[in-house]
Amino acid sequence: MRQKIDKIPARLDLTQSVTGLILGLFIMGHLIFEASILVSNEMMYKVTVMFEGYYFLGQTHPAIVSLLAGFISIVFIAHAGIAMRKFPANYKQFKTMQKHISIFNHDDTSLWMVQAFTGFIMFFIGSVHLYMMIAQPEHIGPFASSNRVVHEFMGPLYVLLLLSVVSHAFIGLYRLALKWGFMEGKDYRASRKRFKILMKAFIAIYLILGSLSLAKYTYIGMTHDFSTCAKYKSKTINLEQH
Amino acid sequence: MNDKKPRILKISILRFDPHDPDDFPHMETFEIEESDGMTLFIALNEIREHHDNSLKFDFVCRAGICGSCSMLVNGKPTLACRTLTAKLGENISLAPLPLFELIGDLSIYTGKWMRYLNEHLETWIHDKEEELKFDNLEEKMEPELADEIYELDRCVECGCCVAGCGTIQMKPSFVGAVGLNKIARYHLDPRDKRTDEEYYELIGNEDGVFGCMTLLGCEDVCPKDLPLQSKIAYLRRMMIKASMN
Repeated sequence: MRQKIDKIPARLDLTQSVTGLILGLFIMGHLIFEASILVSNEMMYKVTVMFEGYYFLGQTHPAIVSLLAGFISIVFIAHAGIAMRKFPANYKQFKTMQKHISIFNHDDTSLWMVQAFTGFIMFFIGSVHLYMMIAQPEHIGPFASSNRVVHEFMGPLYVLLLLSVVSHAFIGLYRLALKWGFMEGKDYRASRKRFKILMKAFIAIYLILGSLSLAKYTYIGMTHDFSTCAKYKSKTINLEQH
Repeated sequence: MNDKKPRILKISILRFDPHDPDDFPHMETFEIEESDGMTLFIALNEIREHHDNSLKFDFVCRAGICGSCSMLVNGKPTLACRTLTAKLGENISLAPLPLFELIGDLSIYTGKWMRYLNEHLETWIHDKEEELKFDNLEEKMEPELADEIYELDRCVECGCCVAGCGTIQMKPSFVGAVGLNKIARYHLDPRDKRTDEEYYELIGNEDGVFGCMTLLGCEDVCPKDLPLQSKIAYLRRMMIKASMN
C-alpha cells in the first residue's frame, strides 16, 4: 500500500506565513493607533477606550485588551517557534551564510540576516511588551503610557522594539507576497520591484511615525506632573475608573 | 575606431588543485590588455595562452548554451562566456562555484551534482508504460502550454542558481531552484501522469519547496532568465493544495 504523504511540512510553511501575515497587519494598525498621541491626548484617549469597548458596550473593559494581547501572544509564539526552523542551526551554518552574504552582496539575501537578527531580538523584548499588555491593560493612556516610557524605563526597550518590528514586519510581508505569488500579475518581475519600493516606503513611514509617537510620549512623561493626576481626564468622556 | 588606450585588467583567480596534497587555495593575479568586445572567456584563454598554461577552466559553446563556464565573477555566479569585461571594473575576481566538486581552479563537476538531483527528483515524463501504445499519435498540446514548458526547459544546469542560493549554503540537501524548476516543468506537462501527491512526495518537504526561504538569489543570477521566483511560488501553492486533499 502507498504510504500517506506527510502533510506537516506544508502546514508548517502555511502557518508560518499566515501567522506572519496576521502579525504584520496587526503591527501596521498598532503603530497607527499608537500615533494618535500625535493628534492630541484626547484622541489617544479615545482610541484607548475604543479598544476597551467603550463605544460598543457603554463602559470600558481593559480585559478586552488583555484578551487581544493574549491572542497576539499566541500567534507571536507560534510564528517564532515555526520560523525558528529557518535559523542557522550551528556556528558552521551561520558562518557559511555570513560569508555567502558578504561575497554575494545581494539585497534580498542580506535582508534575511536582518530578519533573522530582528526576529531573535524580539523573542525577548517582544515577550516583555506583550506580557505587560496582558498583565496591566488598564495602564494604557496618554499619561499612563508616557509614565511607562519615562518613569518605568520602557523607552529604550520600545526604541529597540520599534526598529526590530518595523524592519522585520515589512521585509517579511515583502517576502510573503513573492513567496506565494500574491498579485504577481502578468509581469511578476515588475510587481516584485513595486513590492520592494512599497517595503522601503513602509519601513521609512512607520519608523518616522513610531519615533515621533515615542518622542511625544517621552515629552509628556518628562513634563507632566504625575503626582497630581496619573491618569488622563477626558473632557468629553467621563468614566469613574479613569 | 576607439583611440583610447585599452585598459589593463587585473584578473585575480582563486587557484587550487585538490589533487595536489601540497597545494592550498590562493589568489593569483594576471594582468592582461583589454580588447574590444572581450568576454571573460576570451580573457581566460589569453591568460592560459600567454601567462599560465596550467590554469583550469571549463568552456564548450562560448554562447551561453552549454552552461559549462559558470563561475563567481566578483562574487556573483554567472556564465563567463556571456560576461563582457567592459561591464566590469579593472579589478576582476574569479572563483569556482561553491558546493560543487572542484576539479581544479575554476573547473567544477556540476554534472555529478545534477545527475544525482535528476535521479532523486525523477525528472522525466512518467506515464503508465503498460498502457502506452506507440502507434498512437501523440496528443496535441496548446501552443501556449508548449511555450510555457519550453521556457522552463531552457535550463542548462549551469549551477548559478545553486551557488546564488543562501538556503542551500546552510542546508546542502535542499534541491535548489534548478530542481524545483524541473518539477514545475513536468507538473505543467500533461504527458506526465504523476499525481499531485506523487509530486508532493518529491518536493513537499524542507529539502524541497518548503525549504525555500525566498531569498531570490536564484532568480537574480539565472543566466537564462528563467521565471524561477514565479514557478517556485506556483509549486508552493500546488503543494499546499495537495496537502489539503
